[in-house]
Amino acid sequence: MIMKYKAVIGLEMHCELKSDSKVFSRSRNGYSKLANSNVCPFDLGFPGAMPSLNKRSVKEAVMMSMVLNCKLPEYMLFDRKHYFYPDLPSGIQLTQNTLPVGVDGAIEIECEGKRKTVYIHDIHLEDDAAAMDHFEDTSVIDFNRSAAPLLELVTQPCLYSAEEAVAFLEHMRSAYKYCGTSEADTAKGQIRCDVNVSIMDEDATEFGTRVEIKNVNSFSNVYDAIKYEVRRQSELKAAGRYDEVVQETRRYDEVSGTTQRMRSKEDAVDYKYFPEPNIPRYRLTPEWVESIRREIPRLALERKDMYTGTYGLSDYDASILVREKEISDYFEKCINLGVDPKEACNWITVNIIAYMNKNELTIDEIFLRPEHLAFITENVKKGTISSKQAKDVFFKVLEEKKEPSAFINKENAQISDAGELEGIIDGILAANPGEVEKYRAGKDKLFEFFVGQVMRQTRGKANPVVTKDLLHKKLDQ
Amino acid sequence: MTYMTRSVEELHELLVKGEVSPKELLDEALQKSHEVQEKYNAFVTVVDGAEPGEAGEHVLSAIPYGAEDVYSTKGVLTTGGSKALYDYVPFFNAAAIDRLAEAGAVLAGKTTMDEFGVGDTGTTGHNGKVRNPWDPERMCGGSSAGSACAVTAGVYPFALGTDTGDSVRKPAAYCGIVGYKPTYGMISRNGVFAGVSSMDHCGVLARSVADAAIVADTMKGPDIDDMTTWDTADIHLRDALDGDLAGKKLCYVKELADPEYYPAADETLKAHLANFMEKVEMLRAKGIRVDEVSVDKALLEAVPSVYAVIGCAEATSNLMAITGLIFGPRGEGRNWVEQFKDHRTKGLGSLVKRKIIAGSYVLKDENQERYFRSAQRGRRMIVDAWKELFKAYDAVLQPAGTGPAKLLSNTEETPGTEMLEHAGLIADFGGFPSITIPDGFVEGLPVGMTITGNIYDDETLLNIAYGIEGMMDYKGQIAGEGK
Repeated sequence: MIMKYKAVIGLEMHCELKSDSKVFSRSRNGYSKLANSNVCPFDLGFPGAMPSLNKRSVKEAVMMSMVLNCKLPEYMLFDRKHYFYPDLPSGIQLTQNTLPVGVDGAIEIECEGKRKTVYIHDIHLEDDAAAMDHFEDTSVIDFNRSAAPLLELVTQPCLYSAEEAVAFLEHMRSAYKYCGTSEADTAKGQIRCDVNVSIMDEDATEFGTRVEIKNVNSFSNVYDAIKYEVRRQSELKAAGRYDEVVQETRRYDEVSGTTQRMRSKEDAVDYKYFPEPNIPRYRLTPEWVESIRREIPRLALERKDMYTGTYGLSDYDASILVREKEISDYFEKCINLGVDPKEACNWITVNIIAYMNKNELTIDEIFLRPEHLAFITENVKKGTISSKQAKDVFFKVLEEKKEPSAFINKENAQISDAGELEGIIDGILAANPGEVEKYRAGKDKLFEFFVGQVMRQTRGKANPVVTKDLLHKKLDQ
Repeated sequence: MTYMTRSVEELHELLVKGEVSPKELLDEALQKSHEVQEKYNAFVTVVDGAEPGEAGEHVLSAIPYGAEDVYSTKGVLTTGGSKALYDYVPFFNAAAIDRLAEAGAVLAGKTTMDEFGVGDTGTTGHNGKVRNPWDPERMCGGSSAGSACAVTAGVYPFALGTDTGDSVRKPAAYCGIVGYKPTYGMISRNGVFAGVSSMDHCGVLARSVADAAIVADTMKGPDIDDMTTWDTADIHLRDALDGDLAGKKLCYVKELADPEYYPAADETLKAHLANFMEKVEMLRAKGIRVDEVSVDKALLEAVPSVYAVIGCAEATSNLMAITGLIFGPRGEGRNWVEQFKDHRTKGLGSLVKRKIIAGSYVLKDENQERYFRSAQRGRRMIVDAWKELFKAYDAVLQPAGTGPAKLLSNTEETPGTEMLEHAGLIADFGGFPSITIPDGFVEGLPVGMTITGNIYDDETLLNIAYGIEGMMDYKGQIAGEGK
């Protein structure tokens, strides 16, 4: 029986930023299947190559610092971090050790329906190392990623479960995507995490021994690694062998689902940090900072609160709407165009998302724009079309890529108005007393004759359901 | 007829008049290069296949020149003076080389240097020591030894060097020529192997202030790849030279000129200081104000150690890239750790290794405060003292080093003279523009005077140097031939 201990978790989240060129060089920053195709002398550490700071990366770093409510520095300063490894050809990683772009932040997240504040130690801009692949007797290096912009955020040890850790990571991934600062795609290796885990007695005031798990590359692995590590430490502690939990760096092995020792604290590298002389202090003017602040969009959680609060949507629906900024923006555009929020939500969560998934399209790629949806719902409201017709029009717009007005107009709109159809039917029955007589005498097949007559007279526009209803009412009475 | 002993402007006139062809100039430069290589070991590479170029409008068009082997030259071997890079051929040019190429200047040689520019004797490069054409038993100083050697030997009118620790100006003094290091960031360092990034400067070795000005004019200006460069659009060095020193206020630092601070001085040093004071009197006699000022001796004495700490630290960092993984010969071993180790063990020279050990030590987390950060504080105090001088003076004069070129057989410094020997470093600490010009002879060997100005005020500095140069008779001198 394992005693229950409190787990304490801190995260380091590395996220690759979007930009045209790399953070310290002029080569293209972008994923490429062709290895070593986006490289220049700086990325390869050739002698004499110098760093040239990308303003867009600074802007994105400042934006994310503000999203995390961090304190901004007066100027950007970079430090050299030194180590030998084949993925770092210059032996120097440029990072922000002395003066990070953000310190002492806090951000509210949601985990299992509860709100929680996560405290941020710091967030700093640095350059990425090359990507390596290891084979049995050889390793290959792809320098496309070398010198790409990387933002690393470090939380305080303030997360207490694997669920909270993953909720935070999900929250941040969403924030990066909403801000447009990163694609934040774990499948492309754009997010990588280091996880610090320790355990302590529920009533203890001092943290236990901290173990770092390096390079955990998916959120599910973060979850599994934490679960495993907490269990491992707890078992040792329960067995009175807590001294076997040592301050060390471990790695998570996906196959076995375990963590394994990489190096102990004694083997820790001295990175010999000092300020990079080749990048003069880069001042963040208040005007620029403010202009960046104005570009920060409302983020998912804030939108979700508005959807459930102001619009009265369910928590479930609101969560679906805010999962992607593009969908949320689409939804809000619909509302601005006068569509009822619940109705817009239904259209999007039921029909549009299903259509997107089926056809593997994003919401920005489908033909149906918020204006179209507003036009359709407006016509339902006016009674020009029924809700059933609205659905037909909706799919016709999507499939045929034509304006909804092509399917809703005086010429081809269905006649669903019972009064109008009743007048037409009365006329037809009056003009065919013989057929009415025969039908009532039992010749059921004649029913289709009356439907045909209505259709002929309305040139096919009569709503068949309404028409049949009315005919039955009049003939079967 | 020899041409390469002439000034840039003279050569340009001859080219324009058609009295000499670009090919004749280049042929002479290459032929002299081989002679000088034979005698003094000035070159890592003589660019025999160079194209002569065309005589165009630019004053440097078709003029052959040499560059220290630390400037990346596309398609031309660039070793940085190190065995670790003995076969390295860059696929890109340093920005400064590009600017000269755009002007039409012709790269004719890559000159011998101290390994990675970290030495100051011109003897630690992988291809051996450089001998001084004024006396082959003596050194040229370093790191830009081969460049100074080639220029004083009359191979071409100018050559590029780098000045990190007086390393353009000291060799100039030892070779009786002009060595000019502009304000930090005036010339892009992109593509120049990094030594001590916060003190590295591109510099020029020439036989006259005017030639140095022309070359710097051509290379200067902002570069997107070097963030420390700045807008130099308003600076026109050659055009600003009129030699008019009226109203200029000069000074010299008593602690760096008065023999009373050097009780252990030998006759050579005494003669060097006397020669310097003679030149000060010469200026005063011409009505130019030269004040004697005093600077805290403790600060001056701290200069060599401040340089040792910061210099070793930054060099250690910059040399991290020397692993043999991507360029240079790949080391032997079963894994990358062994390969890196093998490459660095075999490739790096002993002086560089010593500096890396020192640099690693002062950068260690637990040592940084005591060494690295206190050296940075020391650097700031020394720079502030010089900035204080520039509030009252246009330039500071000082004797270049402790006298003429030292013997190759004895590279030790004379105890008690370190403060003077290394005073040239102060300009590197502060990024101040600084120039050394020949100011006489001691025991038959050339000696120099170093003139330092305030940052960004290169025009004033060069004009002062130009004026002083004009009052003396050492401009354009070639080793062994006199003027």
